Amino acid sequence: MAKYPPPEELIKINYSTPPTSWMDVPPEFKPGNFSYPGKPDILKYLGLPNPRVWSPTDDDWKLPENWKEIITEGFRERLEKYRSFKIFMDVCVRCGACADKCHFFIGGGDPKNMPVLRAELLRSIYRGDFTMAGKILGRLAGARKLEIDVVKEWFLYFYQCTECRRCSLFCPYGIDTAEITMMARELLTLVGCNINWILEPAANCNRTGNHLGIQPHAYKDMMEFLAEDIETVTGVKVNPSVNRKGAEILFITPSGDIFADPGIYTYMGYMILFEYLGIDYTWSTYASEGGNFGLFTSDTMMKKLNAKMYHEAKRLGVKWILGGECGHMWRVINQYMLTMNGPADFLETPVSPITGTKFDAAAGTKMLHITEFTADLIKNNKLKLDPYRNANFKVTYHDSCNTARGMGLLEEPRYVIKNVVPEFYEMPDNAIREQTFCCGGGAGLNNEEFTETRLRGGLPRGNAVKYVRDTHGVNTLACICAIDRATLPPLCNYWAPGVGVCGVHELVGNALILDGEKKRTMDLRQNPLPGFEDEEEE
Amino acid sequence: MAAFYSFFVVLALVVLAWAGAGEAGWKGLFGIYIPYLALLVFLFGFLSKILNWAKTPVPFCIPTTGGQQKSLPWIKNNPWDNPYNTSGTVIRMALEVLTFRSLFRNTSVQLQQDGPKVGYNSAKWLWLFALMFHYSFLLILLRHLRLFTNPVPMPILKLEFFDSILQIGVPVLYQSDMIFVVAILFLFLRRVFDGKVNYISIMSDYFPLFLILAIALSGMWMRYIAKVDVIAVKELTMGLVTLHPVIPKDPIDISFYVHIFLVSVLFMYFPFSKLMHMGGVFLSPTRNMPNFSRRQMWVNPWNDPAIKPHSYAAYEDDFREKMIEAGLPVDKKA
Repeated sequence: MAKYPPPEELIKINYSTPPTSWMDVPPEFKPGNFSYPGKPDILKYLGLPNPRVWSPTDDDWKLPENWKEIITEGFRERLEKYRSFKIFMDVCVRCGACADKCHFFIGGGDPKNMPVLRAELLRSIYRGDFTMAGKILGRLAGARKLEIDVVKEWFLYFYQCTECRRCSLFCPYGIDTAEITMMARELLTLVGCNINWILEPAANCNRTGNHLGIQPHAYKDMMEFLAEDIETVTGVKVNPSVNRKGAEILFITPSGDIFADPGIYTYMGYMILFEYLGIDYTWSTYASEGGNFGLFTSDTMMKKLNAKMYHEAKRLGVKWILGGECGHMWRVINQYMLTMNGPADFLETPVSPITGTKFDAAAGTKMLHITEFTADLIKNNKLKLDPYRNANFKVTYHDSCNTARGMGLLEEPRYVIKNVVPEFYEMPDNAIREQTFCCGGGAGLNNEEFTETRLRGGLPRGNAVKYVRDTHGVNTLACICAIDRATLPPLCNYWAPGVGVCGVHELVGNALILDGEKKRTMDLRQNPLPGFEDEEEE
Repeated sequence: MAAFYSFFVVLALVVLAWAGAGEAGWKGLFGIYIPYLALLVFLFGFLSKILNWAKTPVPFCIPTTGGQQKSLPWIKNNPWDNPYNTSGTVIRMALEVLTFRSLFRNTSVQLQQDGPKVGYNSAKWLWLFALMFHYSFLLILLRHLRLFTNPVPMPILKLEFFDSILQIGVPVLYQSDMIFVVAILFLFLRRVFDGKVNYISIMSDYFPLFLILAIALSGMWMRYIAKVDVIAVKELTMGLVTLHPVIPKDPIDISFYVHIFLVSVLFMYFPFSKLMHMGGVFLSPTRNMPNFSRRQMWVNPWNDPAIKPHSYAAYEDDFREKMIEAGLPVDKKA
């Protein structure tokens, strides 16, 4: 377990810049600021280049002999494939509007975490290799040579970016650091520099269908275990089906939620909702992962992993797909899925079997977000809810970066939450909706060894949570992302102790009144519901 | 350092024109040949850059969504920050290009150790001065059309009239000149004194600022101090436009040659610099695309159909026995 300083120390952040030019400051790897590299057998399994044992703290990174050539060629290829990349390399005026928008900069003060400088790490090489001025004038034109320290610097800082796109919202030209980070990570992968916390889940996902490597029989066991817990709390036995052909709807959600607290309660919430509705749906063990760590590796890996969703929908013969609560999963579904693996003409535009609502927003992908589905149910009065079963939660809501800035799913989850809890408070405007702050663990950085930097990056989010905790007594942070559910609990513990984390459908599961249920005295976490024993007397 | 270098380069350019068109008497070079060359370099450079960008594919639909998506009919969509169709995207782009909407959002972070508290102050100065800079630049550019048209179109005359409506001094002072210089100075001082911006600034940030400042000052010098012979200047500029270039018989003050040379340098520098943000902003995929890729298919021209998932059949082969044992349905019996 990594050691890290207490909040009082960590908060002493120095935003001033050093007198040395950034080009002369070498990258410094120290425990807590980098993630461990990909293991050789994982790289081999995924067919990625240069598998070897190495550490970022080594002097020799054992790069292939012609690493310069590989990177320069890879750079050229990507400039030709992505207009975004080319334009973002060319047009930045260094106005600095993005400088203090990054959570890692706000929480750490390292100038190379200013989005503009993060991009300059690549741009300086671009100028040197691909522009006339850079070739002739060199450093005067902001160019530099591709040296081994540049690769090290890339590895450090492009694995200190969570691709949250907050900077891109403020950029007058829409320069998107997520796009730049993706390119840099692809270049690094070409010479074998990547991190295990991304690649191992990607490898697992390929073989077992999910990041955690849960095999089909184990997945079913875990489901049954959660179903038993539901019975304990509600007295109702839920009957989810798995890998069933001919179902109307295929449901896909991140695997983190079947495995770890507090995601499991969200998972139970889904099962309770579907049982209540009695819809014809199935889970899949083959496509048991909503998330896609290919997004953090390369476009081909992303496509390969994402392709399972349609592959499975076709095999099972479902009409449409319902997707659970997850952040980057929805960036992929909203902005990449149909382009990579469409057209989905073997599916139909999602229609709610309960309300009859046709969801035109998903007319292309045929994939609907669970909060869109549930919001529609509530709006049409199809759910019997008792929000007071969530009375022990004073709730605020964390927008995931990806659903906020890569989709615009802002109101749906709020509408659901407001209908299932009695007390809801928003965090300050600069920390929510399209301006939301990352949890610090996005884009594959939610690993143990990176904790210190992640907690630093979590400062803006944690501080906004602390604000609503102190002003409104908020004790629960709701979110619609499995990475959030893993990252935010330690973050809250650190920056806003006393605030717990839950998924939106956990709250739905608590509030939903099932037919034939027993009187509830506990919530899904099997904590007592205060005041519920003598509810009748009130 | 970058700022000093830039300053001296611009100073050298001024001296070059001063000496070249003055002492050396190369008026034709500075008044005719270099301006023509500059125009050609600009047009060719600008167009080829734009064409180069335009022919590069946009593989994915990646708008940065800045508001509520269009989903359920009873949830209000934010059509300008998260457009779902062309008209919304056109408005988003118009707001971006004409009002610098993204820059308007700017905040500045403030860390208070007591608490601790992270605050976000509104920070609109950059937006304001950037807007002042660009609009006064545009006005000045348009006003210059009076030197390249005969007769001068009514709108240009109107523009001139309103721009000098305060009637200060002789010749009357254009307000846009003052705003322009003030805005450039703000942008420069910000680069020098804002630690973060200073740290990221390179020569290509200072050089255009100094160059444009020098253009503005040389222009104002000609008009308000040297009081150049405008008739003669127009003879030269009209000669350029009509492709019958002449150096007028009546002498033109040397400051004019400095001015037109600096403008020529700007034109030639433009296509190879960050100033291309002028063209790039229109092509930026995070702004100029609607958020509609879940509604309809966005096609990636280099999408590789050979990339297939690890198939279900292979998955079942891997786990069939365990699946059967767990009571999960299988496609093929063991």
